[in-house]
Amino acid sequence: MNTLNTFMFVAFPYVAMITFVIGTAIRYRQTGFKVSSLSSQFLEGKKLFWGVMPFHIGLLIVLGGHLLAFLVPAAILAWNGQPVRLIILEVTAVTFGMSILVGLVGLLHRRLTNERIKAVTTRMDIAIELLLLAQVVLGCWVALGFRWGSSWFAADLSPYLWSLFKLSPETAAVFALPVVIKLHIFGAFLILFMVPFTRLVHIFVAPLHYISRPYQQVMWNWNKDRIRDPKTPWSPTRPKNN
Amino acid sequence: MDIRSQVSMVFHLDKCIGCHTCSIACKNIWTDRKGAEYMWWNNVETKPGTGYPTKWEDQEIYKGGWEKDANGIDLKGAGKKKGLRNIFHNPHMPEIGDYYEPFTYRYLDLIESPAGDDQPTARPISMITGKPMDIRMGPNWDDDWSGTPDYARKDPNMKDLSEAEQEAMFQLERMCFFYLPRICNHCLNPACVASCPSGALYKRGEDGVVLINQSVCRAWRMCVTACPYKKSYYNWHTGKSEKCILCYPRIEAGYAPACMHSCVGRIRYLGVLLYDADKIHQVASSDDASLVNNHMDIIQDPFDEKVIASAKANGIADSTIHAAQYSPTYKFIKTWGLALPLHPEFRTLPMLFYVPPMLPVMASVKDVDNTAQSEKMHDIAKYWPDNWLYDTSTEELWGTIEQARMPMKYLASLFSNGDEAMVIDRLKKLMAVRIHRRRVTVGDITDAKADKTLADVGLTAELADDIYYLTSLAKFDDRFVVPAAHREQAIEMLEFTGDVKGNTGFGFKDGSAERGS
Ligand code: SF4
Ligand code: SF4
Repeated sequence: MNTLNTFMFVAFPYVAMITFVIGTAIRYRQTGFKVSSLSSQFLEGKKLFWGVMPFHIGLLIVLGGHLLAFLVPAAILAWNGQPVRLIILEVTAVTFGMSILVGLVGLLHRRLTNERIKAVTTRMDIAIELLLLAQVVLGCWVALGFRWGSSWFAADLSPYLWSLFKLSPETAAVFALPVVIKLHIFGAFLILFMVPFTRLVHIFVAPLHYISRPYQQVMWNWNKDRIRDPKTPWSPTRPKNN
Repeated sequence: MDIRSQVSMVFHLDKCIGCHTCSIACKNIWTDRKGAEYMWWNNVETKPGTGYPTKWEDQEIYKGGWEKDANGIDLKGAGKKKGLRNIFHNPHMPEIGDYYEPFTYRYLDLIESPAGDDQPTARPISMITGKPMDIRMGPNWDDDWSGTPDYARKDPNMKDLSEAEQEAMFQLERMCFFYLPRICNHCLNPACVASCPSGALYKRGEDGVVLINQSVCRAWRMCVTACPYKKSYYNWHTGKSEKCILCYPRIEAGYAPACMHSCVGRIRYLGVLLYDADKIHQVASSDDASLVNNHMDIIQDPFDEKVIASAKANGIADSTIHAAQYSPTYKFIKTWGLALPLHPEFRTLPMLFYVPPMLPVMASVKDVDNTAQSEKMHDIAKYWPDNWLYDTSTEELWGTIEQARMPMKYLASLFSNGDEAMVIDRLKKLMAVRIHRRRVTVGDITDAKADKTLADVGLTAELADDIYYLTSLAKFDDRFVVPAAHREQAIEMLEFTGDVKGNTGFGFKDGSAERGS
């Protein structure tokens, strides 16, 4: 039992994180062309809307919540100090968790039944969608069955996760958790592990730089200021545009 | 003043025969690939008609292009706010059904079917799913179908015509149509570039070609919405958008793009324009009345000293400036004032201009004595001894324009943001050239009449002959004036020449070849 626990919560998390970082970097650098959100809206749009919107919005909020509890556990605990605020937080989390679930089921159904979507579906797409589905189901189960998640996450899990980063895993609290929660945690690392091999890489090319960019972009084949000036000596550096 | 150069195009619509050779040339080179089957970077539409994708001109549906607002202009259906908000699901994006589902036939069934009582058939199958399908639409489904309720009458340009005008247009004896070949306009104020959240699209400084960097595109699909001409397409297989590249590898090598090279009607002209990049935003934000004129005015005189100086300061090569001075497109657009942009009201400042069609619109068949003309025919020509004449002249000089088979309002909706006078001006010039040439070749028109016609539109006999030459007789090198791309200089800037010395054509770079042991 302990070997399994150690594998799940010490060894595998490191494997997952290393694979995630190095794999994503390699994928981006070497096969940049394959980093795409691979939208299939062009082939089918209506069902997509009812899947993709609840899925993404729910995911942004729920993932954001997990991230906050990881980064600022004290703040979450302080917030949860009053029962009303705790309830608000938990209800929001469950609602958006359900929204992910509904969206994901819709997406999976669409992917498996629409002929056109089937033509652009790979085995990996289905694998990752099933994995996500399992993770979300587990997540909702945890949220409903093991109250109050936001508090014990901040109190027990956040220190565990930090300890992983500090390279001295403190696992006592995790080892003692109920199996459903354990699976949910393991699932998270499994998904992290899978990221570089799936379409999930599109998360990292979210186009936030668009906000600060001027609308029009013009590129010159050469550095137009330098090429006309014969007095500038050669330099082996490449001009910025290229 | 910030002068840049643009490889621009003029399509002479009177000459287009609707043969689709251009589309096929393009398809064979660029889009005969999985995911791109449905794309026609070059397509030819019948007008009036709904086009490809269906009703692309109706921006109430597709939300393409720019629209005027308090601060100037903003993208209608994309942009920083709307684009990022709709990134998961873009409500204005055309779907495959708006184009057509690409298909082929199961030809092998014709050969491999077992013997039976019935002839084997080749069933159509979808090129997406590979399953049998019913063909409901194709890329030029409304070809030649003027007057039909499903196509011509649903033309979005029809919306400003009264019921009566629409009916008149489709009476059997008056019904007519013309072809509208379309490619990407390589706009000066491209909505596609502005809409791309990843910054994958860009306009090239040297020749103005608008391209999509395939490695940076992340399938956010905003360009598909933003291009009001629907000339950016989503490749459903690679998950990247693609668009017309103006055959830039050919242009750089000094060839005309494939569609232009292969054009059977020789309707296409390609040449350099110099424009003032400082004015782009201001021109694109002009009010409706001055938009088209400002659009034309952004194109600068290539002989003007100041323009040349600014161009040189921007690194534009002498050969490019020289090409601009001999540009056939400059002549059509500026010198002669014959060409107009397609749907300037989308405010992308398209750099593809059209000479509006006169023949189908104005010609009529008349019962007149045409012996004078037939005597001039070569013996080899087949001669029908009747008196029907496909007539483009009338007793009153400009009478035919009032009697035109298509309301000027319709053409104005396509080419001049609704300004009928602008279209009439172009048509009158075309007519004047025709009358002048008829005086020269047939001789049944008096000098007084021909000269008055020319004077009316501000042309001279010499100018009219120039127009005639470039329209009818122009050789390949007159139609396509493409400057060299100066790749050699580009390479000097990209790489330290010392690095590649002695390696050219040799296959490996210095130091990269390991000696075996
Ligand atoms: S026609 Fe469309 S795709 Fe081409 S440059 Fe203009 S906006 Fe972009
Ligand atoms: S090849 Fe030329 S004449 Fe033929 S359809 Fe295309 S543009 Fe028209």
